[in-house]
Amino acid sequence: MNKLTRAFIAVFVVAFLLMYAVSELNGSDRKTAGNTLTIYNWGDYIDPELIGQFEKETGVKVIYETFDSNEAMMTKIEQGGTAYDIAVPSEYAIDKMKKANQLLPLDHSKLPNLKYIDKRFMDLPFDPHNKYSIPYFWGTVGIIYNKDLMKGKEIKAWNDLWSPELRNNILLVDGAREVMGMGLNSLHYSLNDKNKEHLLEAKRKLDELTPNIKAIIGDEIRLLMENDEAAVGVVWSGTASEIMWEKDNLEYVVPEEGSNLWFDNMVIPKTAKNLKAAHQFINFMLDPKIAARNAEYVGYSTPNQKALEHMPKDVVNDKRFYPSPEQTEHLEVYENLGADMLAYYNELYLQFKMHKK
Amino acid sequence: MNSKTRLFYLLPYVLWIGLFVVTPILLVVYYSFFDLHGNFTFANYEKLFTFVYMKMIASSFWYAFLITVFCLLIAYPAAYFITKTKYKQLLLLLVILPSWINLLLKAYAFLGIFSTYGAANNFLEVVGIGAQQILFTDFSFVFVSVYIFIPFMLLPIFNALDKLNPALIDASRDLGASAWTTFRKVVFPLTLSGVKSGVQAVFIPALSLFMITRLIAGNRVITLGTAIEQHFLVTQDWGMGSAIAVFLIITMFVIMIVTGTRKRGIQ
Repeated sequence: MNKLTRAFIAVFVVAFLLMYAVSELNGSDRKTAGNTLTIYNWGDYIDPELIGQFEKETGVKVIYETFDSNEAMMTKIEQGGTAYDIAVPSEYAIDKMKKANQLLPLDHSKLPNLKYIDKRFMDLPFDPHNKYSIPYFWGTVGIIYNKDLMKGKEIKAWNDLWSPELRNNILLVDGAREVMGMGLNSLHYSLNDKNKEHLLEAKRKLDELTPNIKAIIGDEIRLLMENDEAAVGVVWSGTASEIMWEKDNLEYVVPEEGSNLWFDNMVIPKTAKNLKAAHQFINFMLDPKIAARNAEYVGYSTPNQKALEHMPKDVVNDKRFYPSPEQTEHLEVYENLGADMLAYYNELYLQFKMHKK
Repeated sequence: MNSKTRLFYLLPYVLWIGLFVVTPILLVVYYSFFDLHGNFTFANYEKLFTFVYMKMIASSFWYAFLITVFCLLIAYPAAYFITKTKYKQLLLLLVILPSWINLLLKAYAFLGIFSTYGAANNFLEVVGIGAQQILFTDFSFVFVSVYIFIPFMLLPIFNALDKLNPALIDASRDLGASAWTTFRKVVFPLTLSGVKSGVQAVFIPALSLFMITRLIAGNRVITLGTAIEQHFLVTQDWGMGSAIAVFLIITMFVIMIVTGTRKRGIQ
């Protein structure tokens, strides 16, 4: 009988542990009854000291969780298990969430610091009048290259990547929108193109690039570029600035045919329980000094105009990471393509990845 | 023992299997019949038989086959050698030891070893062959996969060889069989069960490898695992991802049946 009891206990213990885990995961519900704030942000995307400072100033207890893709974040908010008060989606995700009624409108009267945000980043097509979102960081997709390995040759455009001299020397970020967008842009099509002919043409053009591609990977690009593993990488501007922080002789360019301009934004998802603290937090992050400290820690570009005054001149005046409005004019923001079109993009991307050298 | 207590004994097992094995599989099968918009459809399975996915399936099988063959070629002699030595347990432990280390950690280690300025290329330079591109090639992918799977191949073969009665080999040699004939007619058939378990333990997981395809092969090798990951995390096309998963489950059953031994019955 002893064995049986043990077997029973084992099953029950596992079941209870799982139940406990579920209740813990969903637990922020109960906890938010007190004065707590649950934040859901990208990994390594805030200066952790600022959270402590916010807690001290307001007496609100912060629960901080991270995600690594817009899709993972949306799935979790859709399920509604956790009472997230703040999330930081990218622009096309905001459009999607808005349509799915997953966002709560913001009360601008509780966000006096909103006036510091550069007008250029307000009232964008994905969220007219900033009804649901406040810009957090912004940037571009571009090419980082190693000047030594390129032996003095410069890169200015996407089409330069097709040069036979770059054989087996390019690293691509593993993202369907980024890579397909690069193919479309190199043909001077929009990176939100929904014309299947154009998309097929872009895929065929990308297939021709395969001999030059060394690998299609994620965050490892940082490490590999720092170790001279490849001459060229296609990355987000923030990744580029982090790599360049570690290593000289690198250059970052936004290709002249056009590229992606992206925005990550603070929103209040419909799961929110503590609206007061959520607004307090957004307003806190909009404070110029706070925003400046955060931007210096994270390394991405802040949309906070006043914050630029509190930051080192050489950072702020670096046109590669703080391009002027004229420079970003020809760049495009990702639009929400809809589920079917996105699936088609991914289908082509998968085929491109399968294309052999 | 009456039937009531037997039922009682069975209950924990049934509960476990029901909750953690049957339910998830049923859920996967269920999801595989829905398209992006939640409509019932067979399109996911139709898509599985298009050229693109067929090519992907073929390449998954090809790489899984290569990995299994190399594992077998290395593990069988190694297991044979280990059973012949004095320090069986110690040597076995040394082979198994790397599998205690996190897979991700090992993959990142290879990223360093195989890189342009890594240890492997330094060695090639010293030997006089000169630096090669090792990382992000088919070679590095198969090599790292074989390295990871070897313990799973070696253990069952070792057990089978260890159980083999040495008197049988002596008898075979006494009756005039050469070493090679002895191996072919006596040793190998008697350890075939171990080889089959090893093949099952390597081939099936190798079909759906996905993390190594990205880290070590730089997405230059695409397997069914990569496609499942992309469908679940990026496209959010759970139907298509599930359909591929169902295909893999069916394949696994087929492999189990083909390689399963009669005595144990069909699994």
